[in-house]
Amino acid sequence: MANKIRVATTSLAGCFGCHMSFLDIDERMLQLAEVVEFDRSPLTDIEHCTDCDIGLIEGGVCNSENVHVLREFRKNCKILVAVGACAINGGLPALRNHIPLEECLNESYIEGIGVENPKIPSDIELPLLLNQVHPIHEVVKIDYFLPGCPPSADVFWKFLTDLIEGREPSLPYELVHYD
Amino acid sequence: MSKTITIDGKVIPFEEGQTIMDAAMAAGIYIPHLCHQPEFTPHGSCKLCTVKVNGRNCSACTFPAMDGQDVLSETEELINDRRKITQMLFVEGNHLCPGCEKTGNCQLQAVGYHLNMLDNHFPLFYPDREVDASHPDVMLDQNRCILCTLCVRASQQEDGKNVFAISGRGIDKHLIANAESGLLKDTDLDATDRAAHICPTGAILVKRTGYQVPIGQRIYDHKEIDQVSLETEHLQHGE
Repeated sequence: MANKIRVATTSLAGCFGCHMSFLDIDERMLQLAEVVEFDRSPLTDIEHCTDCDIGLIEGGVCNSENVHVLREFRKNCKILVAVGACAINGGLPALRNHIPLEECLNESYIEGIGVENPKIPSDIELPLLLNQVHPIHEVVKIDYFLPGCPPSADVFWKFLTDLIEGREPSLPYELVHYD
Repeated sequence: MSKTITIDGKVIPFEEGQTIMDAAMAAGIYIPHLCHQPEFTPHGSCKLCTVKVNGRNCSACTFPAMDGQDVLSETEELINDRRKITQMLFVEGNHLCPGCEKTGNCQLQAVGYHLNMLDNHFPLFYPDREVDASHPDVMLDQNRCILCTLCVRASQQEDGKNVFAISGRGIDKHLIANAESGLLKDTDLDATDRAAHICPTGAILVKRTGYQVPIGQRIYDHKEIDQVSLETEHLQHGE
């Protein structure tokens, strides 16, 4: 195939569980590789997106870097997909939305049990945390959503094969889970 | 001659005093609902059962069936409305399914599945809500309360108690426990009460039972809520 479909993936405020679940398509990855080429992704170590057909975003937005990465994906991907509970509603990281940021940092780096050399990290290389964790549809336009924690390998497979074969992607009942 | 209404073109009989929901359930037609259980006085608050009756939107659970009504339920417009309503219920509370004991047995989630709801669409509120774990056997997590009042009605109408009520208005509306302290432990709620089991979401949970059935083997993991509702609620409603 001359022009392969270009796919980029990233994990923002996520746990990489969605990426692991994607890899659970197992040997079907070989089939996928015949028609798909990976651009920026933890699977390739390419650092920045170029023009892509599909961008898969795992995780919500919790810091300034997440915002930049998400905007880079939106700019470069024709189709942007929210993958998993955290991208869709903030998920587990959004539990901190009910606690002021300063209290979170104090608990983690100053007053927490077993903290040695208490100090809130302030290296300029570190992205600044946002006050709250946000689902990605609050920051950029999202074209499709794959719910689940994580979405099963079959969800990835169904969605990508639908798109690749030119069908409007859809998930049947048994593939829709929020847990 | 018996009286009939038409739901999506299907003629179904009803008896005097039945609501559209009653008639539909008796005829094996599922209309999505969360705040309704046939044994309790209908409340009409969740609006999921909105149907078009002779051209007007009505709540099927509260609207009386009348001879010759033309009812539309499974139209694209109403299905889209129901999906939007469900999304609003999700963003108004803190419904984080992966961390909730009720996942797989949750009717809010199951309605989302039934409507093929894949996202929340709206910005999330992340409201600050209380968790009351004071009761030895029952847990009250306001984060997941959708104010359906089923626990209020079950406590009054079946348990013969008055454990729960709704207080406040608008965005401040919330469930309260009927005790001076406001705590569940100071009410006469028992884990065996219907009110402790009727919550359609994970707001009221009986402690130490959450993971008796593993995730993946729960009610709505393999069965759609329309089927479950017609099998279980219709029987209870029955004769």
